[in-house]
Amino acid sequence: MGIVLSAFTIGLILAALTMGMLISFRMLRFTDITVDGSLTLGASVAAVTIVNGWSPWLATLLAVFLGAVAGMFTGLLYTRFKIQMILSGILMMTALYSVNLRIMGRSNIPLLDTLAVSDTTESLIGNIAGTATHINIFGWPVSMADFSVFITALLICTLTGVALRYFLLTHLGTALRATGNNPQMVRAQGVNHNMMIVLGLSMANGLVALAGALLAQYQGFADVQMGIGMMVWGLASIIIGEALVGTRTIGVAITGAILGTIFFRLLIAIALRWGLNPNDLKLVTAVFVFIALVAPIWIKSLRKTIWGGLRNA
Amino acid sequence: MLKINRLIKTFAPGTVNEVRALRDVSLQIEKGSFTAVIGTNGSGKSTLLNAVAGSFVPDSGSIQLFDKNITSWSEHKRASLVGRVFQNPFAGTAAGMTIAENIALAMRRGKRWSLTMAINSKVREEISERVKTLKMGLEDRLDNPIGTLSGGQRQALTLLMATWLRPHLLLLDEHTAALDPKTAAKVAEITREIITRDKLTALMVTHSMQQAVDLPDRIIMMHRGRIVEDFRDEMKARVRVANLIEAFERVQKLDLFDHSVAEVLQQQYV
Repeated sequence: MGIVLSAFTIGLILAALTMGMLISFRMLRFTDITVDGSLTLGASVAAVTIVNGWSPWLATLLAVFLGAVAGMFTGLLYTRFKIQMILSGILMMTALYSVNLRIMGRSNIPLLDTLAVSDTTESLIGNIAGTATHINIFGWPVSMADFSVFITALLICTLTGVALRYFLLTHLGTALRATGNNPQMVRAQGVNHNMMIVLGLSMANGLVALAGALLAQYQGFADVQMGIGMMVWGLASIIIGEALVGTRTIGVAITGAILGTIFFRLLIAIALRWGLNPNDLKLVTAVFVFIALVAPIWIKSLRKTIWGGLRNA
Repeated sequence: MLKINRLIKTFAPGTVNEVRALRDVSLQIEKGSFTAVIGTNGSGKSTLLNAVAGSFVPDSGSIQLFDKNITSWSEHKRASLVGRVFQNPFAGTAAGMTIAENIALAMRRGKRWSLTMAINSKVREEISERVKTLKMGLEDRLDNPIGTLSGGQRQALTLLMATWLRPHLLLLDEHTAALDPKTAAKVAEITREIITRDKLTALMVTHSMQQAVDLPDRIIMMHRGRIVEDFRDEMKARVRVANLIEAFERVQKLDLFDHSVAEVLQQQYV
């Protein structure tokens, strides 16, 4: 149970990352590599401020804000300075590596005996449940601390998802979605499509930083390396989510992003349990994304040869 | 209404690909008039339309719309005054979004962007009502992605979107050229209906001589970046397709003449 619960919790935390990438990759169709840097940015900002005695909620908010600023810079590099899409992200990601080291002052900050956002939930649950240290979930005892983290992640994830869905259905959100679809049309409808790209990348990286801040509090440290490969993880989660529930409406797409992340974390937990070397994890993920990207084309051509063959027979 | 004054635009100047797309073009269009622009390939007719829409900044000259000098306005800023339909039926709509969402965008063209829901029951009713006037049965498919529709249906919707807020100026860039003849005729008919009903000022680039004779009340012919003919008023009323083709041949002959004269001169003097 412990392993499942932790997979769910990490999944719910990283769902913020996947939702952010849903905006940049799927809505704006912007291959944004800033993600690897802005996740660490969120983690390092939250870690430093929490260690310095900030409220974890305030620390998380600051992390989100600075993540959004990072995304804004990537957007400006692309729109104002006409730097290629991928290169804008790479520049920002590289710059953020040093920025993160500067923020933390060293490569790793442990968060031991500090407060986390889940402590608020734990004290609330404590008020209801009394002094019990464990809670029973489907017959498994789960420590109160783990349970509160799970509930906190669930709440934040749900709220973020609902807010994101609302935003994407507003006038502004509709214009943002159309920007990725057809920038020419968006301009003809009087929308500054460059502004939409900057706005979308800000929101996306704000969400990514949220995931980073929560992840640092959950795992108890922030590390300058923790963002490496996160973009591919997020992409894998998006692909799994689309396979699970599809993208029929905005609500479904967001639900898919959340479920996809959780499912992906479960897969990883199981694979690690079965003896997958953690060092191979990123290679396996990359291969998975590769297959997910090319499989539809293979299946199509395979179908064509099979059906074509039958028709000729 | 629309005043184009001595517009010049050269693409890729100083290179082998240099194209002098607009060479000193001046044009005035009155309010409520419907003008067709015809011309050979590369004559600059689409460039002229794009200049008005703001796709690029001209090298020199000015564009005035309703006493506002819009020469330096960005494309999206001009959209508050100008409605546009493109040649490519897929260019005017966002394929992945529904019919209702596409139209909801057009309903706020040039207005401030807000954080209110783009589509509610009232908006939906209004959309359904106006889509019904196209008589294509699309009002039952408002929640379908626009990418699932045919080119003609998408072009009709783009036209509806471009005219939803009664633009000061409607720009049509060969908007029926990519459609099959039957659909093209239908879209042309819808175009005429909307323009007469809303008394719109329109500028239409077209390849179809017949369309140029049938729909508008003024025809401008362009050649090599210049306006070479201007049929208006009684002259336009008398003009037939044959006259237009004749005019085409005349300017093309003039071109040949240019070349042969140059050759003769070369032989004699160089």
